[in-house]
Amino acid sequence: MLRWIVWRDLMLAWRRRADMLSTVFFFVIVVSLFPLGIGPETQLLRTIAPGVVWVAALLASMLSLGRLFANDYQDGTLEQLLLTPQPLFLVVLGKTLAHWIVAEVPLVLIAPLVGVQFDLRRETLWILFASLLIGTPILSLIGSVGAALTLGLRGGGVLISILVLPLYIPALIFGAGAVEASIMGTSPSPHLSLLGAFAIVSLLFSPWATAAALRISLE
Amino acid sequence: MSPGTFVQLTGPNGSGKTSLLRILCGLLPPAEGQVTWNGANIRSLGEEYVADVTYVGHRHGIKDELSAVENLRVTNALNGIEVSKERAHEALGQMGLAGRDSLPARLLSEGQRRRVALARLLVCDTKLWLLDEVLTSLDKSAVALVRSLIENHLNGGGIAIVATHQELELAAGRTKRLELTT
Repeated sequence: MLRWIVWRDLMLAWRRRADMLSTVFFFVIVVSLFPLGIGPETQLLRTIAPGVVWVAALLASMLSLGRLFANDYQDGTLEQLLLTPQPLFLVVLGKTLAHWIVAEVPLVLIAPLVGVQFDLRRETLWILFASLLIGTPILSLIGSVGAALTLGLRGGGVLISILVLPLYIPALIFGAGAVEASIMGTSPSPHLSLLGAFAIVSLLFSPWATAAALRISLE
Repeated sequence: MSPGTFVQLTGPNGSGKTSLLRILCGLLPPAEGQVTWNGANIRSLGEEYVADVTYVGHRHGIKDELSAVENLRVTNALNGIEVSKERAHEALGQMGLAGRDSLPARLLSEGQRRRVALARLLVCDTKLWLLDEVLTSLDKSAVALVRSLIENHLNGGGIAIVATHQELELAAGRTKRLELTT
């Protein structure tokens, strides 16, 4: 069951690859604008790198969240998903997993490459990769709650940002904090542990919250 | 409602046909009263009730990017029925879509997409069918096909509730009519 819903969403994303690529390009361009604008001041670039990459990742995931349920809502397949004989949170979990694979994993993979522009050391690039790997599931999970709540509303895109971005703050602080610690030469593991804890908490709660929000949105 | 019952919902636009069907399938909570299935409230039955129901809404529930076969297989798999590729081709062939069933659904006409949505009825084994305006944009042969599908379903002890403006003309005495007014 979970397999089918993930397969379905991955297939749909594959047939509409342009959407996926636009998210990745947005991320790459936003991150690259900073070194170009600031110039070759390596010390300053190193200082701002963690924040810039993480904020760009948050904004890039905003772009794809609007599509998480909206397409299914418009063509009536979301109704059908609600009427399948399994717990709705499983359906939601499958869709969120697919969203993470399609919209977030490419960012995680490409982040070390764009991080090179900020003159980061190799260990720091690895920490950047790890912090995004642990942190981006949080973005998909919490974002799905916002996407479900704003379903079918006009101007839902802006509303999602207002609703969800504040909830991303802990992920931003600990994710960027881990990279910063690595730049300073201290251990990033406390930050990564807290980030992981936050990911587990959102995994426990957000599928249920999203399922409840979907039921309300479809009434 | 006993097995083999067919109810045709009629009424002017906005009289609540769709709302009634959505209440019956559990998407919408009733403002008053309750919907019961085998003597129990559907709210408490939850997934057990949903497994007995097939709802085809006036929005098809067809993904444009997937082919007819993929649409049929995914929808049924999510409902717990694994349909083989051969079975899916066969069902879509019966719905008059032979040769078109591997095209992306966005290339199909409105009536053909409706046929894809209705192909679900061929492969599902649910007891209660809730069909909302399913005859819209179907040609005569497709309407006849839907009629025979529903007749088979009723003969097998199923129940069908259909909201439609067109006459389905089932065998005499079968049809109960429920006319909603605004």
